[in-house]
Amino acid sequence: MLQDVNSFREGPDEQGRFGLFGGRFVAETLMPLILDLEQEYGRAKQDASFWAEMDDLWKHYVGRPSPLYFAERLTEHFGGAKIYLKRDELNHTGAHKINNVLGQILLARRMGKTRIIAETGAGQHGVATATVCARFGLECIVFMGATDVERQKPNVFRMNLLGAKVVPVTSGRATLKDAMNEALRDWVTNVENTFYCIGTVAGPHPYPAMVRDFQSIIGKETKEQMLEREGRLPDSLIACIGGGSNAMGLFHPFLDDRDVRIIGVEAGGHGVDDRMEHAASLTGGRPGVLHGNRTYLLQDDDGQILEGHSISAGLDYPGIGPEHSWLHDMGRVEYVSVTDVEALEAFQLSCRTEGIIPALEPSHALAHVAKIAPDLSPDHLMVMNMCGRGDKDIFTVAEALGAEMGEGLSS
Amino acid sequence: MSRIQSRFAELKAQNRAAFVSYIMGGDPDVETTLEVMRGLPGAGVYVIDLGMAVPDPMADGPASQHAGQRALAGGMTLRKTLDLAAEFRKNDDATPIVLMGYYNPIYSMGVPAFLEAAIAAGIDGLIVVDLPPEEDAELCIPAGEAGLNFIRLATPTTDDVRLPTVLQNTSGFVYYVSITGITGAAAANAEAVAPHVERIREASSLPVCVGFGVRSPETAAEIAKVADGVVVGSAIVNKLAEGASVADTLEFVRSLADGARRARL
Repeated sequence: MLQDVNSFREGPDEQGRFGLFGGRFVAETLMPLILDLEQEYGRAKQDASFWAEMDDLWKHYVGRPSPLYFAERLTEHFGGAKIYLKRDELNHTGAHKINNVLGQILLARRMGKTRIIAETGAGQHGVATATVCARFGLECIVFMGATDVERQKPNVFRMNLLGAKVVPVTSGRATLKDAMNEALRDWVTNVENTFYCIGTVAGPHPYPAMVRDFQSIIGKETKEQMLEREGRLPDSLIACIGGGSNAMGLFHPFLDDRDVRIIGVEAGGHGVDDRMEHAASLTGGRPGVLHGNRTYLLQDDDGQILEGHSISAGLDYPGIGPEHSWLHDMGRVEYVSVTDVEALEAFQLSCRTEGIIPALEPSHALAHVAKIAPDLSPDHLMVMNMCGRGDKDIFTVAEALGAEMGEGLSS
Repeated sequence: MSRIQSRFAELKAQNRAAFVSYIMGGDPDVETTLEVMRGLPGAGVYVIDLGMAVPDPMADGPASQHAGQRALAGGMTLRKTLDLAAEFRKNDDATPIVLMGYYNPIYSMGVPAFLEAAIAAGIDGLIVVDLPPEEDAELCIPAGEAGLNFIRLATPTTDDVRLPTVLQNTSGFVYYVSITGITGAAAANAEAVAPHVERIREASSLPVCVGFGVRSPETAAEIAKVADGVVVGSAIVNKLAEGASVADTLEFVRSLADGARRARL
């Protein structure tokens, strides 16, 4: 049920809250840093020269605007809605992550910080951070779960080539959550010279709002491109969600266009049920406090955080950005989930019909497109965010399909 | 007067520093924790910090992380931690117990239900690491109204501008974190700590205890000279983790406590 508010785009409030969600649940050691960051971001946001520098880098370094591509063969294949892909996988470094990293690194420079730390799951945020740090000559340390180091080897090597130090984290199930814990511990220890570059719309205020603002370039461009192309707004938007930064970037500029149906796709892993072998925080979790914010979390009866599961390292996280939690409770955005198996099918479909090898993350979004597009009319305009390319995932996919590299696929 | 207030008043009258000992509830099991807790006052401990296990303690080093994970693996829950405190309280009505941990298990239980259960269990104070003053409405203020002390951490990054905010709703004592970093990491340095303790004393009448990085009787003694209390955590947790018997662990605690006690002779 849609709750009535004047605007869905005004959050967060001064306490960093989106309704019940968000906030600043961090150790005292970090509070002064977070307040500094909030102040500096507030100043930068009002500073035309900051945005001029961003625009220049977005255009000449990242390659923005990314195309809004009419996926003719997918549209034919589903036989329903007219499907457009927002091609953020064509960005430098192959994903949407760099949109946000550029903003944070420019801020770090303004604040005189010389050492950059980041957490990474699939490795896309780590690669983007390592890239921009190389570009500006900054020291870069990336925390990555040991499980993810194993399943995302190409990205680990990329980060090394870019001069970053990758620290494998072995605690917990050694995935994104554990990487974020370790990054926070590093930050508590090295407060003086260190800037924590968070990769998603989560963490303590002001991160969720700041990362959203930097990623909103995706939705702003989409709006302009669709108006130019079709003369009107799209009817629906679809994006995958781990922490939810690519989705928030696409959704936010459209939140007050109430005729636009907005759908976020969580990772359903082995299926959203009592086994909790999934990463669908909104579908299968409840509100709690982790990593500096209150949001929907996978947890047990005692409030202990569960590990979750997804075939996609980038979605394998037991929480979600607080603004998504709010939009869920407000009824503005629909949140659904698809399983590992469905995402793998969509992955292959994209390769064979459009010649685009997608990352496993947006393969989840495409799997949901596959569920709803066939039943929609040909004049329904649908935009799916192709937020990352799949080169990094070919080993995982080969293993899941039981294929040997160097041999052909059986089908 | 709360147990914490009376305890610090007694110590002040005797010109002694408080020796505060941290122990993770349920590590390696409830029976062992209870046995150690019962021995702590006799080993010279004036205040017990009882850890509430979580798998991902954001500001804690490996010693406390692993202790929490061992406790959880043994089936520890917040409810059982409260039961443990209640069991201890049956035989000791004087030693203050401060629950220390992170917010989510408390939030999950529900703040009113938690406060009621904590008071029934004989808990005196709370240290909740991820609740800074900006989130006081969550637990700090309701806890104060219910009669529990809410003990705040002040850190080297808490400057003069921020200090009043940190002290505002703090009660019982102030826990000064001696280093920027996680528990059990770098060694505390009394010389570096002293001016910060003075700064807090100027801004507040509360006792100031110092923790993070206190591992040896010598450091405990140095800190006891400049602060109202010394907190030792990881070193004791490590002792248990190494497989030391309860008697040996208590002997080790006694050596640290003696260090702190002799400091002002």
